[in-house]
Amino acid sequence: MTNVLINAPKTARRGELIELKTLILHPMETGFRPGTNGGIIPRNIIQRFVATWNGTEIFSMDLSPAISANPFVSFFTVATESGRVAFRWSGDEGFLAEESVTIDVV
Amino acid sequence: MTAAKSSLQRRAFLAGVALVSVVAPQAARATPEAMAEAIKAVVGDRPVREGRVTLDLPPLIENGNTVPLSVAVESPMSEADHVKAIHVFNEKNPQPHVFDARLGPRNGRAQVATRIKLGDSQRIVAIAETSRGEFWSASADVIVTLAACLEELT
Amino acid sequence: MTWSDRPGRRPALVLLALVFGASLAAAQVGADTRRSGYQDMGPALQKMQDDDTANPAMLFVQLGEQLWSKPAGAAGKACADCHSVADMKGVAVRYPAIAKGADRPLDLDGRISLCRTANQQAEPFAPESRDLLSLTAFVAHQSRGLPIAPPDDPRLRPFRDHGAEIYRRRQGQLNLSCAICHDDNAGKKLAGVTIPQAHPTGYPIYRLEWQALGSLKRRLRNCLVGIRAEPYGYGSLDYVALEIFLADRARGMLWEAPGVRP
Ligand code: HEC
Ligand code: HEC
Repeated sequence: MTNVLINAPKTARRGELIELKTLILHPMETGFRPGTNGGIIPRNIIQRFVATWNGTEIFSMDLSPAISANPFVSFFTVATESGRVAFRWSGDEGFLAEESVTIDVV
Repeated sequence: MTAAKSSLQRRAFLAGVALVSVVAPQAARATPEAMAEAIKAVVGDRPVREGRVTLDLPPLIENGNTVPLSVAVESPMSEADHVKAIHVFNEKNPQPHVFDARLGPRNGRAQVATRIKLGDSQRIVAIAETSRGEFWSASADVIVTLAACLEELT
Repeated sequence: MTWSDRPGRRPALVLLALVFGASLAAAQVGADTRRSGYQDMGPALQKMQDDDTANPAMLFVQLGEQLWSKPAGAAGKACADCHSVADMKGVAVRYPAIAKGADRPLDLDGRISLCRTANQQAEPFAPESRDLLSLTAFVAHQSRGLPIAPPDDPRLRPFRDHGAEIYRRRQGQLNLSCAICHDDNAGKKLAGVTIPQAHPTGYPIYRLEWQALGSLKRRLRNCLVGIRAEPYGYGSLDYVALEIFLADRARGMLWEAPGVRP
């Protein structure tokens, strides 16, 4: 079940500056909060976000527990060639999510 | 409404204020020193200049759990001169690092937006690292009226 | 945003007169002074709600859309087997409602839960569970932009009156009524937060405090706990009565679901 929202244009002119916006469902549990039984709720965060365009990395981010639950990340890129823009989130407890969109560059 | 009734209501209302402003005790915390150390780990002994970086946070933060933040850096974003990384630090969350983003000339514009947690009023620092080995920075003092991570009392 | 250019302003005013009684006398005649909680938020949070690609609640709308066409229960039927998405437009703005032949009102999540157990013959959703909230958000989203339009059903009246009574009753260790905050002190600051007029325009909402989607019942529970009153159980008719009263009080205001609130 996908739990990611990507906002990217379907088409772009070659050389156009486009914004890519991403949202993903994730608790981003800090590892500092007390739980109901008096213990600390274990940390469970996304540690890394990477975006690639036809396999070439265009942006990455290392996240800390200070990033809000259901992380939102947006950035810009120049549309170079038609193809697949892929997004990958990885983190604690073996978390891995991948999503991609196709952009036609004309 | 009579004067007596209205003052009664005001008192009751203030009781509500007192209740809502109870703040949960905080566990571990970063400090301004921890932030300075974390910054040093990134920039080493090279100088950090103020400027070129715009750090955008709402002036009044209605809830510290989800604070929109954006960092934009003036840069030609060319092969020869571009922003390689944007780092954001904070003083009072348990850890000084908020995020480290890696960019390159393909980004065209050095601008990143996300949302962060802020447990308390504090200073936020954004530092941009360029391909020429320069560091530029901006900082913002934020006021958080309601602490983050306050759970329901239920 | 102004409400004064909306059709249906007059019935709303008549209703307000009933609700606020004397306090309306002080208000400007002809002007609708009602404000959604949206209008009390800063521009950053308004933007978060307005932009579907940035509103975290839209993650749950997307989950709800997936659940909508997933068969469940002994009947092996999906919501989509009995309903079209287009049929869901305008549903959320007339809830809570009493179905034909039924005797108690259901709010939107209650109605969806009933379809889950009676029509899908599946295990009931837990209150505030992610699946229930997501389906509710998906259905509620279809009504975005429509005016809140509670049904003119005389059977709802006793429940609405009960809701109004709860709204004005002082309760909890702080001995406060909803009205003291949301009518008499709306617009003022409480610990840095603007007290809204408590119009249920955006539910289910993504509340930053929860870092999650939640129902109007959960929001009402928060206010009850805030005044140190015993919150009702999730299945309680008292919530539905309050919801009917609040929906009536917000009649004609525009539906924003899924909203973002601090
Ligand atoms: C002590 C004052 C106080 C009392 C009493 C109170 N509330 Fe609230 N209520 C608030 C505040 C403050 C908020 C907004 C919280 C925030 O934004 O973080 C709120 C929010 C709400 C909302 C959400 C509005 C929106 O825009 O989504 C509703 C609905 C609501 N209250 C209903 C009630 C009801 C019903 C009662 C009585 C059972 C009640 N409240 C009692 C202070 C109060
Ligand atoms: C087997 C058929 C069936 C299935 C499956 C089903 N429903 Fe229903 N649903 C109905 C019937 C029948 C009604 C009552 C219609 C009426 O009263 O006019 C109804 C009513 C509703 C209503 C109220 C509509 C209104 O206009 O008041 C909503 C909302 C709803 N269903 C949502 C759902 C959702 C969400 C699901 C999946 C979890 C679902 N239903 C699954 C048959 C079904």
